[in-house]
Amino acid sequence: MTLRYSDVTPERLYLSRRELMAGAAALAIVGCDASTDATAAAPTGAPLKATTNPAYRVADPLTKVEAATTYNNFYEFGTNKDDPARLAGTLKPRPWHVQVDGLCAKPRTFDIEEILKLAPLEERIYVLRCVEAWSMVIPWIGYPLAALLKQVEPRPGAKYVEFTTLKDPEQFPAQKPSFLGFGSLDWPYSEGLRLDEALHPLTLLTVGMYGQVLPNQNGAPVRIVVPWKYGFKSAKSIVRIRLTDAEPKTAWNKAAPQEYGFYSNVNPSVDHPRWSQATERRIGEFRRRPTLMFNGYAEQVASLYAGMDLKKNY
Amino acid sequence: MSVRTRVALKVGVWVVALVPLARLLYGFWIDDLTVNPIEYVTRELGQTALRLLLASLAATPLRILFGLSWPLTLRRLLGLFAFFYVCLHFGVWIVLDHFFDWRTMTDDVVKRPWITVGVTALLLLVPLAATSTTGMIKWMGGVAWRRLHRLVYVAAVLGVLHYIWLAKKVLIQPWVYATLLAVLLGIRAADALRRLARRRRPVLA
Repeated sequence: MTLRYSDVTPERLYLSRRELMAGAAALAIVGCDASTDATAAAPTGAPLKATTNPAYRVADPLTKVEAATTYNNFYEFGTNKDDPARLAGTLKPRPWHVQVDGLCAKPRTFDIEEILKLAPLEERIYVLRCVEAWSMVIPWIGYPLAALLKQVEPRPGAKYVEFTTLKDPEQFPAQKPSFLGFGSLDWPYSEGLRLDEALHPLTLLTVGMYGQVLPNQNGAPVRIVVPWKYGFKSAKSIVRIRLTDAEPKTAWNKAAPQEYGFYSNVNPSVDHPRWSQATERRIGEFRRRPTLMFNGYAEQVASLYAGMDLKKNY
Repeated sequence: MSVRTRVALKVGVWVVALVPLARLLYGFWIDDLTVNPIEYVTRELGQTALRLLLASLAATPLRILFGLSWPLTLRRLLGLFAFFYVCLHFGVWIVLDHFFDWRTMTDDVVKRPWITVGVTALLLLVPLAATSTTGMIKWMGGVAWRRLHRLVYVAAVLGVLHYIWLAKKVLIQPWVYATLLAVLLGIRAADALRRLARRRRPVLA
């Protein structure tokens, strides 16, 4: 049996050499002013303080941080699972601004440092269920998206929220034109939620994971996490959040409308056209396990879809 | 071709064809099969099977285009290795992916066209592998044997279709295999048409 760093060191304390140096650099910037929140200006991989919210935890063990940060679908970096971790160095998570506009009384642009301080950071353990039938258990750090949306005061006409990921081929190499458009989505990546979904307390505006600032390959510096929907609904590296009265067009829906609907709620009884969604493989486990309705969050979110035909609204 | 050359070529095929399997076994040994090893191993075995099948289908086009005859001596070995990897691919799906959950697998074969065509391709390769020995060729007779072994074209098309169908549409890899197969079959088709035309010419004249 071979021992690894992660086997002998608790994940929270485990820092790779590079991360350690990045963390040291962040500390150097902050200098000796110990009262300053050392994490505010921290680059990817630096420690990020948050209070554990005991209301959101999962009985299953956490996925290893190495797995959650090396096995990613983030087509802006490439279509292979290891592309994001290999190539994510080109993404610059600072400076970063998020424009929040559309049907709201106070549209404005937020600096990432401001976003980090808008509400107390919580750690929440969610199950991430990928539409490809694998899943992970990840401790995210963030706060409800509702806290940010409240700031801009949505107008009564606002029914949906659209999320837009950064479009910059210099930072996202796979956004450069490709041969016949293979490996490419209609950039920028966009996703959407109904406003009530976006305001649901489970919907997390996320800035960290595993006690650290969000790694680039996981959608730095800010993404959303919507745990009862398939992973692709949780847009990464967000630069714009727009309130709208019409259902937004979403990236995967544009690429393959029969396969990826607007709702894309985790639902074991609605198959993907090419495979069953009844079971999933938890990363790190051997046997498949049954997939739960709304990814196990039915109690909290089922009422959002009362009376809806979820086979039709897949 | 000397016996020694032929032996050297065949040893070469054995080595090249076993490298993908050795890499997977080594990856298992050092625990480096990605964090989703079953998916990874299934995909690698399937891709290797397709590559070897295309390699076996390249022998005839190489003879047509360049008059090379030595690739033909490797065709059987390449084809059998392709079948070997198809079996491993199928075995991993049954044992590791679904762990003998026959009901789910039967459902998949019936409901999902890409699994249906994949299993069909495997079944088509079974009689070809079974009749691959020199003794079987003699027993069947060249004409019948060749007719039976045309099934490999169908199996290859279904194998590539299986890959196109299961992969996300935005991925390029399945289309690379499709293009290669189209070229290999296209050369054969063009050659067959040419020979047909030549045979008919005296009749027309």
